[in-house]
Amino acid sequence: MADAAAPLLRIENLSIDFQSSRGPVHALRNVSVDVPRGSIVGLVGESGSGKSTLALATMGLMQNNAVVKGGRILFDDRDLLTLNAAELRSLRGRRISMVFQDPMTALNPVLSIGRQMIDIQYRDRGNTVDKRRKAADLLRRVGIPDPEQRLGQFPNEFSGGMRQRIAIAMGLMGNPELLIADEPTTALDVTMEAQIVHLLRLLRRDFKGSILFISHNLGLIAELCDYVVILYAGEVVEHGTVQDIFHRPRHPYTEALLVCDPARIEQVSRELPTISGDVPNLLNPPSGCVFAPRCPRVFEPCRDRQPGDTALSATQTARCHLLNGGAHG
Amino acid sequence: MSVQASSVVPPVAVAVGAESPSTLRNVWRRLLHERLGLLGLALVALLLFTGIFADWIAPFEPNRINVPDRMQSSSLTHFAGTDQMGRDIFSRIIKGSQIALIVGVSSIAIALVLGLALGMLAGYGPRWLDNCLLLLFDTIYSFPTVMLALTVITLLGVSLKTIMLVVVVSTTPVYARLVRTSTLSLKNSEFILAERSLGAGPVRVMLRHVLPNVVGPLLIIASMDIPSVITLEAGLSFLGLGVPPPAASWGRTLNEGYNLIRDAPWIVVAAGIPLILTTLGFTFLGECLRDMLDPKLRRII
Amino acid sequence: MLAYALQRIALALLICVVAITALISIIHAIPGDPVTIMLGPRATPEMREAKYREMGMDQPVPVQILRFLGKAVIGDLGKDMWSKRPVTVVVAETLPFTLALIAAGLGWAVVLGIPLGCYSAVRRNSAIDKFTGVISVGTISIPSFVVAIYAMLIFAVKLKWFPAIGAGDRGDLADQLHHLVMPAFALGLGWVGYLARIVRASMLEIMGEHHVRTARAFGLRERSIIFRYALRIAILPTITLISLAFGTLLSSAVFTEYIFARPGIGKLVVDAVNFRNYPVVMGAVFITVALFSLGTMLADLLIAKLDPRVRSSL
Repeated sequence: MADAAAPLLRIENLSIDFQSSRGPVHALRNVSVDVPRGSIVGLVGESGSGKSTLALATMGLMQNNAVVKGGRILFDDRDLLTLNAAELRSLRGRRISMVFQDPMTALNPVLSIGRQMIDIQYRDRGNTVDKRRKAADLLRRVGIPDPEQRLGQFPNEFSGGMRQRIAIAMGLMGNPELLIADEPTTALDVTMEAQIVHLLRLLRRDFKGSILFISHNLGLIAELCDYVVILYAGEVVEHGTVQDIFHRPRHPYTEALLVCDPARIEQVSRELPTISGDVPNLLNPPSGCVFAPRCPRVFEPCRDRQPGDTALSATQTARCHLLNGGAHG
Repeated sequence: MSVQASSVVPPVAVAVGAESPSTLRNVWRRLLHERLGLLGLALVALLLFTGIFADWIAPFEPNRINVPDRMQSSSLTHFAGTDQMGRDIFSRIIKGSQIALIVGVSSIAIALVLGLALGMLAGYGPRWLDNCLLLLFDTIYSFPTVMLALTVITLLGVSLKTIMLVVVVSTTPVYARLVRTSTLSLKNSEFILAERSLGAGPVRVMLRHVLPNVVGPLLIIASMDIPSVITLEAGLSFLGLGVPPPAASWGRTLNEGYNLIRDAPWIVVAAGIPLILTTLGFTFLGECLRDMLDPKLRRII
Repeated sequence: MLAYALQRIALALLICVVAITALISIIHAIPGDPVTIMLGPRATPEMREAKYREMGMDQPVPVQILRFLGKAVIGDLGKDMWSKRPVTVVVAETLPFTLALIAAGLGWAVVLGIPLGCYSAVRRNSAIDKFTGVISVGTISIPSFVVAIYAMLIFAVKLKWFPAIGAGDRGDLADQLHHLVMPAFALGLGWVGYLARIVRASMLEIMGEHHVRTARAFGLRERSIIFRYALRIAILPTITLISLAFGTLLSSAVFTEYIFARPGIGKLVVDAVNFRNYPVVMGAVFITVALFSLGTMLADLLIAKLDPRVRSSL
């Protein structure tokens, strides 16, 4: 992304493996993502594409069998991968926050909401009353009625949608510079999803930081994001501004995604368009282009050589042999 | 931690999945790779072997009194020494394994059958029956086992049958609860309803569907109860309330040794060892099997 | 919450009633005659008559049950057959010793077991974790009376560090504690391992759960997470376990009291059984059942108070 100022978050050539009993699973391969200051970057991908891994890697919360094989995660020019536990901890909740996918399990069931929201302010000076007030303010901002009352309640007294609002409130509490939202609406039903989206749009106006918004819901991405990154099977296959991606997609996978998006289907036809085939087995990723096995426009170089990144414009880049000046499909 | 180890089990949600013969073979193969499990298996096999062939293995006649040889500590002829009547302790220990085996295995077997029947009845039958049975189970649960045993012994006197009765009464509720939970969860599942719509009666349903699902975990829990039962019998005999003399129950030998603890400490040492080996053996084996069959059960059991 | 409490109390009482009913019914169902058992074969018919009337056994069974319960409520559990003293008094004399023993045994098991389990979960696969794991299995399964006898052999008979017999002199607390050490040790040993295992398993499960991940994501300190987020939840099943432990420990206490010749309910009942002192057996068992029911009920209520998930499902 051609942004004069240095991006807030720069993920550079990140490769991550998971150790499994059958060998290493190459979950992320040479992934690079930039999140400029004050922008919302959408990360799109199917299940298993590595989106959550990327998010968790940034927070330093990956599971034990994850191994970073290479690359850097630069946050404000500091490589997060080199930080020790205490340094990471000082960033979490204050400069970088995360909202998780499943609101039903993300909150501690035996502590009250207020208790949890006060706990995360433990580093701030000030007495409990102030912290409580701050918590109530945030609850009000995310649209929870009667917040003072509800601070004393427990997570199981709230619906999924409300719990996610609480999670968002908690995420915003430290005034973070970067908010990572890992599929915040995936676990919610359509009504709740709509409410959360509405909330996010409202908050967007006041929130000064950057957001890394992860989802497989293209409609949401289109509504909220400035930039979009398309992730497939552990690789970034295309990225650009939201107009670039939605109006001028160049990578066959991106094109297919847009065609298959249920929200965009304009013709009533007998069959739903799908992308044939399956996500590749990451124990043994394809030697050429990662999308080659399923690509409708695959041709000779695709299976043997990995395509490099082609800059299509100042903002848009895709990874495909078709764009390298080779034959077009 | 002896007799109520398994009574701490709350009703377990049993993984629904029929046991196929290939699973058993897999289990066997995997068992051979687990050291502790193998050790457990070896110890259990030792117990079985000793129990079955006790009369042939014992170097001396267990009840043979031989006063000149009394109160000797362990030697080459008497591996575990002799007691105050000159009886060879080692032979008595070997004979004791027979009693342990009979009490342990047979009472658990009876409790299993009874538990299966009652559990299925509670799960499948009418609500009032279920409630009654549950109340009965909970009441028995609320008796600490040894207290229950002592009460029954007061009333019925001391004998092998009394002990077996106590064991059956105190362990059946645990199995019955497990079976009941399983039955209840299966009762309303779709394929049962389908079977019933085809005319299958409750007995058939229970035998063909509930039974195979519940047998696996049930056997594992039961196998872990066997050492508890053996311990209970030993304990009661130790108190003088178990199998009457001159039967060579381990507990009784332990008691005799206890009375002579200052002068003949080898007796208690010898009598304690088979108990330890037996309980360790069954526990290792049971744990290993349980881990292999369903790791989820580990938390609850 | 109040409704739940009342419900549990009612259940506990109901169980006591059923227990007594069962006991009295068994007495009448079995062959042989309790009065003959008590009086011996040389009793004359007149003595038997008198005994029947004295014990209230000439009444129909339901009446007997009601009479027993009625008397139990006002604290009359009959008379010790041998000393003629009220059973309640006899039990009250010995109960404190047993309770002290159980408290001491359970106490050290909790004090050692829970931290051990917690540590094992947090420092998984460390030397302590592996050591605890192996030892736990061993101590859980080995019968407590075997442990007690071996302990007595090693520490009292051979090493002479602790007294082998009795509960110590009345009024001398230090002496009583000295006498308590070995029995409590033997009683609690199995539970150290058991508690450690349960706590470890619960903690591991919880530490892997999403809300712990959330807490980390907000930068909470590890210590805070372990205690306020993980242990707080892991402790709940442990509470249930401890209340059930009371029942098991009561059983084990019988042996421990016998082995160390300590006064207590266990010894009382064993002696009563040997002498066919049937009112004492009945009374003691009844009290034990009542206490145990009380224990489990209190544990249930405690959990309901601590765990909002349980409260909301009531």
